[in-house]
Amino acid sequence: MDLSYVLTLLVFFPVLGMVVLAFIPNTQEKTIKLVGFLATLPTLLLSLAVYFHYLAGKSLEDFSVMKHWIQFGGFGEMDKNFFAVHYELGLDGFSMIMVLLTSIIATLAAVASIHIKKEWKGYFMLFLLLEVGMLGVFAAENLILFFIFFEITLIPMFFLIGKWGYFEKERAAYSFLIYNGLGSAVLLIVIMVLFARTGTSNIDVLAQIVNNPDQQMMAPISDTMKFGLLFALLVAFGVKLPIFPLHTWMLRVHVQAPPSIVMLHSGILLKIGAFGLIRFGMGIFPEQFKTLGLLLAILGVINLLYGAFLAFVQKDFKMVLAYSSISHMGIVLIGLGAMNEAGIQGAIFQVVSHGLISALLFFLVSVFYERTDTTLLENLGGIAKGMPIAAGFLLAGAMASLGLPGMSGFVSEFMAFLGLFEEMPWVAAVGAIGIIMTAVYLLRAVLGITFGKSHREFTGITDLRKVEWVPVITLMALIVLIGVYPSVLSEPLKTTLDAIMLGLGG
Amino acid sequence: MELEQLLDFKWSIMTPEFIILGVATLLSILDLFMPKSMDRKILGWIGVAGIAAATVSLAGFIDEPVTSILFDTFRLDSFAKAFKFILLIGSLFVLLLAISFEKKDGLAEFAGEFYYLFLTALLGAMFMASSGDLITLFIGLELLTISSWVLVGVTKRNKKSNESAMKYVINGGISTAITLFGLSYIYGLTGTTNIKDMSGTLMTMGGSQNQLYLLAIAFFMTLVGLSFKLATAPFHMWAPDVYEGAPTPVTAFLSIVSKTAGFVIIVRIFVSIFGSVPATGAQDALPMLLHLQDYIGFLAGATMIIGNVIALRQRNIKRMFAYSSIAHAGYILVAFTSMSYFTFDAIWFYLLAYLFMNVGAFAIIQLVGAKAGSDDISAYAGLYRRAPILAVTFAVLILSLAGIPGTAGFIGKLNIFMGAFATEPAHYVLASILIATSVVSYFYYFGIMTQMFFRPAADDSKFNIPVALLVVLIGSVVGTIALGILPNIAFDFLHDNFMQFKDFLQ
Repeated sequence: MDLSYVLTLLVFFPVLGMVVLAFIPNTQEKTIKLVGFLATLPTLLLSLAVYFHYLAGKSLEDFSVMKHWIQFGGFGEMDKNFFAVHYELGLDGFSMIMVLLTSIIATLAAVASIHIKKEWKGYFMLFLLLEVGMLGVFAAENLILFFIFFEITLIPMFFLIGKWGYFEKERAAYSFLIYNGLGSAVLLIVIMVLFARTGTSNIDVLAQIVNNPDQQMMAPISDTMKFGLLFALLVAFGVKLPIFPLHTWMLRVHVQAPPSIVMLHSGILLKIGAFGLIRFGMGIFPEQFKTLGLLLAILGVINLLYGAFLAFVQKDFKMVLAYSSISHMGIVLIGLGAMNEAGIQGAIFQVVSHGLISALLFFLVSVFYERTDTTLLENLGGIAKGMPIAAGFLLAGAMASLGLPGMSGFVSEFMAFLGLFEEMPWVAAVGAIGIIMTAVYLLRAVLGITFGKSHREFTGITDLRKVEWVPVITLMALIVLIGVYPSVLSEPLKTTLDAIMLGLGG
Repeated sequence: MELEQLLDFKWSIMTPEFIILGVATLLSILDLFMPKSMDRKILGWIGVAGIAAATVSLAGFIDEPVTSILFDTFRLDSFAKAFKFILLIGSLFVLLLAISFEKKDGLAEFAGEFYYLFLTALLGAMFMASSGDLITLFIGLELLTISSWVLVGVTKRNKKSNESAMKYVINGGISTAITLFGLSYIYGLTGTTNIKDMSGTLMTMGGSQNQLYLLAIAFFMTLVGLSFKLATAPFHMWAPDVYEGAPTPVTAFLSIVSKTAGFVIIVRIFVSIFGSVPATGAQDALPMLLHLQDYIGFLAGATMIIGNVIALRQRNIKRMFAYSSIAHAGYILVAFTSMSYFTFDAIWFYLLAYLFMNVGAFAIIQLVGAKAGSDDISAYAGLYRRAPILAVTFAVLILSLAGIPGTAGFIGKLNIFMGAFATEPAHYVLASILIATSVVSYFYYFGIMTQMFFRPAADDSKFNIPVALLVVLIGSVVGTIALGILPNIAFDFLHDNFMQFKDFLQ
């Protein structure tokens, strides 16, 4: 059976939703929200189907699609592939998991969008465009296509922050645009250098050509240049991840963007940084990447500690979560820095786990804000009296985030540190302080909210409504599932990891 | 010259030029005999039909081998054909803009001239594309320049228009003098004005050191003089004032057709003459063009920085677009500097993409400017509320100018990067300036977006869009998106018909 159309359908289905939305008048709030939500479903179902297809033991290569697209420089008569950019989508274990994660969180964020108060039509059209961009990033098989999808996420985010955000929304939108614009600029330089000098942009082919000195190229790529390119990649994805000190934009976005968008931003968009580092950094420049181990581990520890300490002093719950994201992304870097199987696996686990956890926490933020118009810790104090169930889930989410055994956060942190302790015990020992700090700041914030002194009466506010149960239960279930049965992730990741370890020569 | 010999020439290859000349003459006669009160719009439509006919006749010559007539002064090679398409399509759009332009400030009196002067200017530009001799080239240049001088000042009762015409004349005069000064050195060294003979003589001359110095002077003088037409540093200062004061269709003409003509002439002269002179006495030395390319690169870098940085401070949208057009000329100069395998492709494609995105933008500037009575950027506040489709159209064009994927501008920039990186040594600095200044340009391009989408509207009045302008808008948006998503339409056209311009020097 020919399955090559599946990925195209999966990635571009939200576009159909955009078209339908365009014909609905802006006043039909309910219809718009419903259509926006429904438009994310086919993608979710398709990515689940892909996952089960894989579980049934069939190859993911069935889904690969390749069509001739752009031919630069008129070499077409000699060699159809030379300086050609193909439309090629495909999946491996890692990207399949990311696509699945994206479609799940997108659907749940669409549910969270019930809290949006104005201009629903524009909101959902941009939302769906953003989803296309994110799915495409993970499914793209060549660098140019990857970059196109990567940039497609930029534009809807700018508008979603700038129009539907909070008080300083425009500043946050510009900050997002410029930081990420610069990050993409650096990324584009790397991509174009590789493309111009080798004549191909396919990631697998590039990995072969760059590491094989005998290969024919348009122009040579020296070893120094490889280091330069890898470093540029680190900067480009470091903005996205974000790595300290490139993180200021993401604090603004976390605080100013509407929570449903932060679910996507924190859950998926930040992860593109990690995905890119693993896929391109490790995939294309394994030799050079190996030498960066110590640097990455140290950057990771800095991220972990910096985020944790600053999260401790924040007054706004959204800021706590923002710094917590920085801190948790440190664990990804720590895992990558270890350069061994456990570490890298831990890093990927952390990517998925933090995606789920931060989506859950930000969904709860939007639930609280909807009812109380505040996200300040002191104003939220004692909310457990009014909303016991929501507060309960908040506590559970925080437990997952600080790495309680049995939940996904534990598995990833454990593996990442296991990896690092093997390679650089001293760095890991310093990093372990961060784990303790995580528990401290999260408990301070969450206990303050749930059982803290209440400054105001929370009578008359409703607890979780029916529709709000859906995201909360789904996310919680997945967090626990990964916590108790990590094979759901590690099984698909196995081939990817093997390939990476082979490249790293370990 | 014998009459027989004169008739022997294959005059048919000049058909497109004859059509334009004929229509221009026809329009001037009709204008003379039409009653004063009659609407001159019909003349505009005749002009549009004439340009369309010329385009069709040019398409008929696509498979024609290189032909030259009049003792090699007028040649029809693939370079001429490819660029004439851009000139013709650009003028077609500009003339449509002119038809829908409100005739005020004394323009009503000269409405006839307003239309046919565009045609004579176009004729000049087309002669430049086809010239095989410095004399023809210079006459084409002057025809274009003098026609545009009149066009800039055609709104006689408008002070700004007068001021800009004056500035344009003075600057243009100086730059022409400098160009001629440079060209006279080449003439002095070779004793001929025919470009092909010149390159032949220079190639075999070997050249003493003194002759090379003279040639270098010629190189710089010509480069600086011609930078006037491109609006690049150091002759960019006229652009903001002239763009602001001139009637909007004329501004569009200057930024599209006139700029294209400038690149045509600069490529013609530099590649054929300086591309064949060895830079030192030795026969196997690098051509002078490659030897001195860093200087062109320096001008390109300065142009991009000046254009994009000063544009940040503009409140008048026409001035902003003047600086933006300076910056874009800088981008194209990067392609010219790198002189790689991709250079011709990149210049041609970028000019085509720029044609679409810019003419559409000027169409909207004309529409909004006429409605609001001012070109201040605040006139765009709340455009999304007043005219959503118009705002989205403008957004697409702006995104293309900013070089966001999915649009023609992005593919154009990719092509330029490819050229810059595919040479050895690669032009890293120049490419980095290009991309960094592109990110800077996000500030002012997205500033317009902020006005359109985030700000409230001052009034709710609707627009009624004239037919001619609607055609321009649809054409430009379709062109921008089609070239962005399926750029192979243009690349295949280019590669199948013009064979990399191999016949450029034949």
